[in-house]
Amino acid sequence: MRSKRAELLVGCFIVLGLAAFVYLAVQVSGLGFSSQKDTYQIVARFDDIGGLSERAKVTIAGVTVGSVDSISYDKDLYMAKVTMNIESDVKNIPDDSSIAILTSGLLGEKYLGISIGAEDRMLQNGDEIHDTQSALVLENLISQFLFNKTSGSDK
Amino acid sequence: MKGLISLGAWFFDWLEAIGRAGIFLFQSLFRLPVRWGEAVNLLVRQLYSVGVLSLVIIIVSGTFIGMVLSLQGYSILAKFGSEDSVGQLLALSLLRELGPVVTALLFAGRAGSSLTAEIGLMKATEQLSSYEMMGVDPLRRVIAPRFIAGVICLPLLSMVFSAAGIIGGVLVSVGWLGVSDGSFWSLMQQSVYFDTDILNGLIKALVFAVAITWISVYQGYECVPTSEGIGKATTRTVVLGSLAVLALDFVLTAAMFGDF
Amino acid sequence: MLDVYIKVQNLSFSRGDRVIYEDVSLTIPRGKITAVMGPSGTGKTTLLRLIAAQLSPDGGEIQVDGQNVHTLSRSALYKVREKIGMLFQSGALFSDMTVFENVAFPLEEHTTLNANEIKKIVLEKLHSVGLRGAAALKPSELSGGMARRVALARAIALDPELVMFDEPFTGQDPISKGVLVELIRKLNAADAITSVLVSHDVEESLSIADHVCILAGGRVIAEGTPDQIRRSENAQVKQFLHGEPDGPVPFHYPEDLGLEQGGVSQ
Repeated sequence: MRSKRAELLVGCFIVLGLAAFVYLAVQVSGLGFSSQKDTYQIVARFDDIGGLSERAKVTIAGVTVGSVDSISYDKDLYMAKVTMNIESDVKNIPDDSSIAILTSGLLGEKYLGISIGAEDRMLQNGDEIHDTQSALVLENLISQFLFNKTSGSDK
Repeated sequence: MKGLISLGAWFFDWLEAIGRAGIFLFQSLFRLPVRWGEAVNLLVRQLYSVGVLSLVIIIVSGTFIGMVLSLQGYSILAKFGSEDSVGQLLALSLLRELGPVVTALLFAGRAGSSLTAEIGLMKATEQLSSYEMMGVDPLRRVIAPRFIAGVICLPLLSMVFSAAGIIGGVLVSVGWLGVSDGSFWSLMQQSVYFDTDILNGLIKALVFAVAITWISVYQGYECVPTSEGIGKATTRTVVLGSLAVLALDFVLTAAMFGDF
Repeated sequence: MLDVYIKVQNLSFSRGDRVIYEDVSLTIPRGKITAVMGPSGTGKTTLLRLIAAQLSPDGGEIQVDGQNVHTLSRSALYKVREKIGMLFQSGALFSDMTVFENVAFPLEEHTTLNANEIKKIVLEKLHSVGLRGAAALKPSELSGGMARRVALARAIALDPELVMFDEPFTGQDPISKGVLVELIRKLNAADAITSVLVSHDVEESLSIADHVCILAGGRVIAEGTPDQIRRSENAQVKQFLHGEPDGPVPFHYPEDLGLEQGGVSQ
């Protein structure tokens, strides 16, 4: 009888532990069961990716539609090659769309934003977005500003 | 010169102790199979005393730590106007650090010490010799189920601790301090990743579990079988176990999160 | 002349710097009760542990039923141990089991009997020590004497060839002592079990033993039947049997040795 009770309580304990695990996975890390959605890959090359990291989100009109899969250095073009996974539902991104590296808030994390173009042809798996806008690097921005300022005062 | 010699002697003693503990662990896990039904029965009994009985202290302290973290985090983050990210702070610190580490420290105090004392008492009352005399390996019969139970329990307890902490944090920050429900969860979910944060926390807990339970059962088995000896062994379990957890935590953290 | 069950030859054993046995030889006859006696601290319990091969000697050998127990493989040794029942000084009952489970444990471990057969044997063994009614109790609920009787029931559960008793009478009231003496005698008479009794209770031991060995200072100082021992002229034996405070075994612990050991431990 006593051992039956112990077994029951041990069962409760293990279930509670597993439930806590699932709770953390789903509610806290936002791991959805739908995260295994079908995706297709597109590529973009940037002069400078700033602090973009893998798994950063990819947005259209501010809504997340995918994430960065990998970042590598393209040594032939001296550029950063970013591969991203886009949800298959979002199949209608025109060929001439542009992509920019944006920052959430002043010092927040970097993410990608796609601005929709006008072409009829849509991007397919493996296609590349050619119109890219690199990250704004604060130091470059400041030096540019200072340079403009000094050259302006020379006139 | 004399100091050097005694240092060397101490080092060799230390190496020998590690070796003995390693052999001890190996022997208790890989020897003579016990019958299945009985093994399960023994394991359930240990899961009960190691896991179920630790549950209350884990849930209570987890909830309070979550509540305190939210309060502290909120007051600091509010200065930068980013009090919404208190959820992010809460989740990351619980999952990566506090969950596994605090659970392990509590586990060393609550379950580890009682494992040592129990085995030590079994040794003092000749129960271990008695098993041997009956042709039953006490390592298999007494040590192995306790070790396995400890290794199963600590990761589960650590998950319970983190979940309780997050619920406590939600109560304080959303329920009391008025952080918006939606941004609390969405900022948390954006910054917490299943594999880097939750799984790494789980791996930490598993490593701590092996270290603490190993120390506990070994100290019990090797203790001097007197009341003084058992007392000393119990203290050693808690001290060594806690130090091992903190040292291992540094190594694991460096390996998991060090490459920023 | 005697059928020898255990033969100890030139045994020597020491613990750290302390020599416990030097060149001890003794024999334990089959089917008889042998009492090994000696003052406290002469390593009588150690002898039992050496016989069961829980400890290994520094020199010499011990043969149990013709087998040198210290050269056996682990599994062979465990087989030999199944033939040995041991009654520990403290009883050593498993504190997480009931009395019934304690006695049933060796049966469950080493036989393929089903639950009913085990139950029958356990109750029978408990009956023989007069504790059938205590089957459902926990060891913590037993008195010292009862615990020892349960331990005896457990030691004989597998019908061993050899039962070793470690200080069975120590700390028992006269009635419990009497009960234990009676049980040991009955056990030996019924099944012709070889019994080894380690004790410093002179009267009880001499009253039931067929064969007596007296150890002192790491050596056997006398061996023979109880009558021979009683008539012994050896001063050490006399001192031990009659409980004289001073004699060949000094009242004072050797002082220089004590200081030396104190120095070592610092």
